[in-house]
Amino acid sequence: MRPESEAELAEMVAGAGGPLWLRGGGTQGPCGAGAVLETSGLAGVRLYEPGALTLVVGAGTPLAEVEALLAAQGQRLPFEPRDARVLSGAAGAATIGGIVAANLSGPRRVQAGACRDFVLGLRLVDGAGRILSAGGRVMKNVTGYDLAKLVTGSRGTLGVITEVSLKVLAAPRAEATLIVRGQGAEAAVADLCRAMGLPWEVSGAAWREGPDGPERLLRIEGLAGSVAYRAGRLAEALPGDPRLVEGAQSAALWRGIRDVDDLAGGQDPVWRLCLKPTDGPVVLAALRAAGLEGRALLDWSGGLVWLAVPGDSRADLVRAATARLGGHAELVRAPEGCTVPRLPPPSGAAGRLSAALRAQFDPRAILNPGLMPA
Amino acid sequence: MEMPVPDPAVLACRPQLVARLRAVLPEAAVIDAPSETLAYECDAFTAYRCAPLCVVLPGSSEEVSACLKICHELGVPVVPRGAGTSLAGGALPTADCVVLGVARMTRVLEVDLANRCIRVETGITNLAVSAAVADAGFFYAPDPSSQLACAIAGNVAMNSGGAHCLKYGVTTNNLLGVTLVLMDGEVVQIGGPVPEAPGLDLLGVICGSEGQLGVVTEAWLRILPRPEGARPVLIGYAGSEVAGACVRDIIEAGVLPVAIEFMDGPCIRATDAFSGAGYPDCEALLIIEVEGSPAEIDEQLEIITAIARRHDPVELRESRSEAESARIWLGRKSAFGAMGQINDYICLDGTIPVSALPEVLGGIARLAAEAGLEVANVFHAGDGNMHPLILFDANAPGELARAEALGAEILLLCVAAGGCLTGEHGVGVEKRDLMDRQFAGVDLEAQMQVKDVFDPGWLLNPAKVFPLGLSAGRRAGAGGSAPIAPGRDSPAIFGER
Ligand SMILES: Cc1cc2nc3c(=O)[nH]c(=O)nc-3n(C[C@H](O)[C@H](O)[C@H](O)COP(=O)(O)OP(=O)(O)OC[C@H]3O[C@@H](n4cnc5c(N)ncnc54)[C@H](O)[C@@H]3O)c2cc1C
Repeated sequence: MRPESEAELAEMVAGAGGPLWLRGGGTQGPCGAGAVLETSGLAGVRLYEPGALTLVVGAGTPLAEVEALLAAQGQRLPFEPRDARVLSGAAGAATIGGIVAANLSGPRRVQAGACRDFVLGLRLVDGAGRILSAGGRVMKNVTGYDLAKLVTGSRGTLGVITEVSLKVLAAPRAEATLIVRGQGAEAAVADLCRAMGLPWEVSGAAWREGPDGPERLLRIEGLAGSVAYRAGRLAEALPGDPRLVEGAQSAALWRGIRDVDDLAGGQDPVWRLCLKPTDGPVVLAALRAAGLEGRALLDWSGGLVWLAVPGDSRADLVRAATARLGGHAELVRAPEGCTVPRLPPPSGAAGRLSAALRAQFDPRAILNPGLMPA
Repeated sequence: MEMPVPDPAVLACRPQLVARLRAVLPEAAVIDAPSETLAYECDAFTAYRCAPLCVVLPGSSEEVSACLKICHELGVPVVPRGAGTSLAGGALPTADCVVLGVARMTRVLEVDLANRCIRVETGITNLAVSAAVADAGFFYAPDPSSQLACAIAGNVAMNSGGAHCLKYGVTTNNLLGVTLVLMDGEVVQIGGPVPEAPGLDLLGVICGSEGQLGVVTEAWLRILPRPEGARPVLIGYAGSEVAGACVRDIIEAGVLPVAIEFMDGPCIRATDAFSGAGYPDCEALLIIEVEGSPAEIDEQLEIITAIARRHDPVELRESRSEAESARIWLGRKSAFGAMGQINDYICLDGTIPVSALPEVLGGIARLAAEAGLEVANVFHAGDGNMHPLILFDANAPGELARAEALGAEILLLCVAAGGCLTGEHGVGVEKRDLMDRQFAGVDLEAQMQVKDVFDPGWLLNPAKVFPLGLSAGRRAGAGGSAPIAPGRDSPAIFGER
């Protein structure tokens, strides 16, 4: 199904006799059993006011189109969504609706915030076929409940997003990355966390097992003079003798970290663990001690751990080690035929409230069934 | 303004209720003497007041839970309260409610500098959070001008903003997790220092829910390293149109100041007379502040002042010292006090798209003239959050009602321009009956369905946010549905904002 308007979509959802799988660009991989509902017919730029930092677009609008539009005005999506194709190996082109539905946020989350922090409002057709509007197009808005936050990241389980209004920001005039080689995850994360606590506005803090050994990376963006100044102060404050990478070269580096290039290719299961930043190396050490090998990449100053595990996903081990530290683990790339749920169910009262909310918006439980366990 | 008729059955159970609350709380934590509940009869929206059944001031999440269990069993509505500085009547009691205040819960529970967060009890004031981490070089970014008095409890409930939110965002962007006590007494943890939680973004909808989903007893907040310094520049223009164009050009140029404040002619003249700030006599004044090291500040101000000059300013004053910076801010910071000197006033809080600024200011002037009242405008220009101040004389019969009617028309003008009724103060009772002018019925229904999940009996702050007629059926279990008018007082003068 490929609706061309909200009204048509509402009819389709209301009339659906079984499960509906929502599909934006299909970049996150294949859908489950049931009818596929494509959002590509709900595309187009509705409003773009650079001077108000506001963009309103149809949910099916390709990300690439939005990024080109913004770049022409020297602006960008501050939350730096990852290109999911790099890991999933899927074809297709990401849509804004899909990104908002997954709350996809890249390295800059540590400084600028997540996708959800830039969603000013959205429209959706919920599981009952109702056309709903939440939030608005202005930057400050506390009128009524913030349903736009609830829908962002709900992975289509509350409704089909049809339109999104976003806060955008200016792209910086300059950027630089400080790279220090040779540190293990633990020492690197201690430095990354220290860097985040200094007033130099670090906008990327990662650690990777680079081709020539482990690397700790810190990014700074802004006006040219300011970038040079802050990079200098940061280098003084932290151990090691950093190599400075600037401009397009720095941007390319962070594109690779955003998309998790280091773990691309192959069929190994890939995990995405969210933890308190200082617990990133702790979980890694625990997993290694339990005999789990595999390549890792740490982002968000340690709060995001990417892990490629050879062969079996080792779901019980990974989930238990993460949960012990209060975090959670998403299986982003699963081997064929794998029955492990990609996302863990929220526990306790949060799980019960989530399930009850979903029943309000999707009473027949037809939207993306099983994708996000309640 | 109407409030639901108090439920006689609830009123009748007062002795039993008070006795049961006394059994679970320390002696001083249950207040039922009318002379002592007086202080809880209203918040900073002082035009309306009402005495509650009693006030409880629990000292822990467990005590909050015990109180809520009792109220839940007896079917008694509960109005959560932080510091009572709401400008929207969010903490206004009804005659058949218990006011549950978190003012005794003010502890800092955990400071985690490495992970840039702090866990506090929500009765702590906004400023005390920054103070707790100041020595380590950190601060808590959302800074409502009531920050000396207002509590994190109310900040979370209202999703409060501040002067610096253009750069740092509002409460929801700086809130990592909460401990929430549901109406049936269940204590729930939502979020925390881990960047994302599985499942739906419950935290996102709890923030800004105006005390209607649960009582927030603890909060995890993001703290940030304090910038090296900050410096403002003052720019005067002959009209709001050109000032608006200047703001737009600055934003388009890619500089992101921490604050862009705007004052119109009436506001400039009143504040200057009051504070002696030495502002130019013009129709539009911008105060733009940037942060960083001295050299970084110069780099940003160079771009900003170059743009400002292109628009032909009446005056452009760069600060060269702490003292000069303070003088630039002096008038703006005393704007509300200055207005209070002249007259009583109502402070509105609508948001508009920045591009609609000149058109909306024109519309406000027209409406004010029609109503025969004066309106002064001061607002956060970077994000379009307006604070029109309607001046009136509370002692003149009928003038408050005229001022309120004008306020409603101005807010509807904001909605018509693509904006909203409230940018940071919340709906409360003040804007409750305008909600169906911004939202379609089905959208309000969807919001009420969220409350149904968290508070199925509609006992938590039930008479707020949603028009009474719309929520009547849901509130029926908790209280009467036919509306009455609560007691009305003359509005007090608010302090600086
Ligand atoms: C002089 C002045 C200046 C102001 N400036 C600003 C400003 O710049 N920006 C801004 O955004 N606001 C401003 N305000 C408004 C007000 O300060 C904020 O709304 C503030 O967040 C309210 O906090 P409070 O603790 O006083 O909450 P209260 O007034 O006690 O309550 C506000 C709301 O929160 C609910 N609530 C309170 N505690 C809890 C809890 N524990 N759990 C659940 N719900 C709860 C209440 O039921 C009510 O609906 C200003 C007010 C004044 C008087």
